[in-house]
Amino acid sequence: MAQQEQYEKYYVPEQSIWPIVGAVALFLIAVGAGNFTIEVSKGKEGFGGWILLAGIVMLIVMVTGWFRNQIHESMSGLYSAQLGRSYRQGMAWFIFSEVMFFAAFFGALFYARMIAIPWLGGSSNNAMTNEVLWPGFEAVWPLLQTPGGTESTQMGWFGLPLINTLLLLTSSITCHYAHVGLEQNKRKQLSWMLGLTIILGCIFLALQVEEYIHAYDIGLTLDSGLYGNTFFMLTGFHGMHVTLGTVILIVLWFRVQKGHFTPDNHFAFQAGSWYWHFVDVVWVMLFFFVYIL
Amino acid sequence: MSTATDTLHHDEHDDHHHHIPTGIKRWLFTTNHKDIGSLYLWFSFIMFLTGGAMAMVIRAELFQPGLQIVDPNFFNQMTTVHGLIMVFGAVMPAFTGLANWLIPMMIGAPDMALPRMNNWSFWILPFAFLILLSSLFLEGGGPAFGWTFYAPLSTTYSSDSTALFVFSVHIMGISSIMGAINVVVTIWNMRAPGMTWMKMPMFVWTWLITAFLLIAVMPVLAGVVTMVLTDKYFGTSFFNAAGGGDPVMFQHIFWFFGHPEVYIMILPAFGIISHIIPTFARKKLFGYASMVYATASIALLSFIVWAHHMFTTGMPVAAEMFFMFATMLISVPTGVKVFNWVATMWRGSMTFEIPMLFAIAFVVLFTIGGLSGLMLAITPVDFQYHDTYFVVAHFHYVLVTGAVFSIMAAAYYWLPKWTGVMYDNTLAKWHFWASLVSVNVLFFPMHFVGLAGMPRRIPDYALQFADFNKWISIGGFAFGLSQLIFLALLIKACRKQGEPATDQVWDGAEGLEWEIPSPAPYHTFDTPPVIK
Repeated sequence: MAQQEQYEKYYVPEQSIWPIVGAVALFLIAVGAGNFTIEVSKGKEGFGGWILLAGIVMLIVMVTGWFRNQIHESMSGLYSAQLGRSYRQGMAWFIFSEVMFFAAFFGALFYARMIAIPWLGGSSNNAMTNEVLWPGFEAVWPLLQTPGGTESTQMGWFGLPLINTLLLLTSSITCHYAHVGLEQNKRKQLSWMLGLTIILGCIFLALQVEEYIHAYDIGLTLDSGLYGNTFFMLTGFHGMHVTLGTVILIVLWFRVQKGHFTPDNHFAFQAGSWYWHFVDVVWVMLFFFVYIL
Repeated sequence: MSTATDTLHHDEHDDHHHHIPTGIKRWLFTTNHKDIGSLYLWFSFIMFLTGGAMAMVIRAELFQPGLQIVDPNFFNQMTTVHGLIMVFGAVMPAFTGLANWLIPMMIGAPDMALPRMNNWSFWILPFAFLILLSSLFLEGGGPAFGWTFYAPLSTTYSSDSTALFVFSVHIMGISSIMGAINVVVTIWNMRAPGMTWMKMPMFVWTWLITAFLLIAVMPVLAGVVTMVLTDKYFGTSFFNAAGGGDPVMFQHIFWFFGHPEVYIMILPAFGIISHIIPTFARKKLFGYASMVYATASIALLSFIVWAHHMFTTGMPVAAEMFFMFATMLISVPTGVKVFNWVATMWRGSMTFEIPMLFAIAFVVLFTIGGLSGLMLAITPVDFQYHDTYFVVAHFHYVLVTGAVFSIMAAAYYWLPKWTGVMYDNTLAKWHFWASLVSVNVLFFPMHFVGLAGMPRRIPDYALQFADFNKWISIGGFAFGLSQLIFLALLIKACRKQGEPATDQVWDGAEGLEWEIPSPAPYHTFDTPPVIK
């Protein structure tokens, strides 16, 4: 059977300890985060934070060990082209799931802006809602005064947010050129461009912290009504994703220094760069819908 | 689809080179799709019995009017956790377990595409349910806001332990997403040469579409529970009008997840039935291509019908009309499916082994659930039915006699392939007939009390509902006990007590999984078969 002779064996790993370690880690994270949240809200002392920390440490150990195995397998040539496709498709679907996670929060933003807040302000057939329940409430966006009376300040798009947009857009370009460098086997370009991407990512994160401090100074907080809610939840989850993306890129940078990846075999690099482009696109959406409009 | 049988039996010899690990380590560290499939299936069965025990508490309380056995808050926890366990712990993992066992064998793949992640997807589940169940024992109790956790019940009025509920749902979501990614990638990338899209078995097709739905909507569930968490603990007001939010928004986001979710729990069932009926009617499936297109249409429509769960909660009339008609549209592809199953049986040379009995029961009873769904889809009529036992009757017909019956049908159908022995036919007959009768005693009268106005999720009721509720409870206890017969049968089969099964098992069975030995060797299709 000619077809079978051409077939490269699909690598099915032997038993692995890492998934169960990861399961225990997630268990600790969930129990810890749950208890920590409850304790903080009640102002009680407890072990929640420590359990959470132990879970996170265990998760880091797990990811390190698991990826170490995989890198080793990949470097010893166990992986076929078919397996590479599995990984790429898996990553693509993972990113799609992340898109849907952000979609939930963008959906909340749109629903509140287009429907909930105008209704509270008396539009459609809700005149009495406004008259009786929330007298004097005016539906404007950004929602600087909530129906309950909490006040906050608007975060403009000019200044830090604009700089951050330019930084992330630039980093997407440098990330792309790092990839081009890898594909054309220009290792120096790869190394520099990837390093530059990481630096841009770090500056973005630092400025984001700066912006949060500024927001709290001017009275825009997580609990200042729907404007603050959507602002911090969207930018916050985006910031977490940038952090993860930066960590991924840093790991990739060290692997590049060790001489890993070839022009036609570099799934990890491709996945990391896809992820980076994804957080970039999310930011553009954010800049548009959260800051400008 | 005849395959080179030499290669298949060659696999069996290969097994001697692979050593099959033993003891607890085999199950904890496994990367084998068959082991992981068995873990999923046993886990889901344990959860089914656990959630079932909670249903017994509910039915005991409702056996007669008045409050006698449990206090109302505990009753609410029982309805809530019963729902969560049955949806996320019993039905979904059972389908994932079947996917794990069957998809690689059906498409001629050596394993799932990402075997280690497969293990991770499974093992986080028991932990998630451990957290959920243990929250019942905390001060103030566990979740008591219904499995739909509507705000403000889950935010302003929920118990302290809600954070644990939120994080356990996160883990369930992570598990489902990873499981679904694995399924999509396996089907997309691991099919044997010659296994073109339109040659794929129906179970594989339905699971591909289900997995897409899972990846699309489980993150939305994660988003909405996160908003519940921050609303309750961190001062946000997504679902609080005082801060500019809206409790109705909760329902929109939740049901944007929730409606595709109900198809997630029925599409694989459609796949299973589309395997079993042709086998025992000894005919090819009628209208294979239309089955594929119908499944895809149902999945796409599932994204634009969510608000039919909220006709009474406040929407413009135009929106109510849109969601009503969009919902009714779904009956077209679903009707195609039911028609095709019946047409497959038409003039077939039918025999009525246990899987077939369950499959026929599925077609009849699922259709009853579908028709009551059509009634609920009519907006003005839903104003009357909303939040009554009619709704409970409806979704238990589609989920118990639909999804759960299909899972049982699948278990009987493929058990000989998994264990190598035929199940105990006497026990199986008892299980089927006891379940069939009791499930209808249990759920059918719910239509009547619902139409007469008995509200759901209330531990007490008006006296005029007493007679029907007594019968419903008797049916419930009988259905619960009947499942113990199934447990006994499964234990017997897993201990390999029974007649040895042939490779093909059923004489009308077609497909790659019936061409490998029974029990299926630990590793199958190390090299892919060629599909002609």
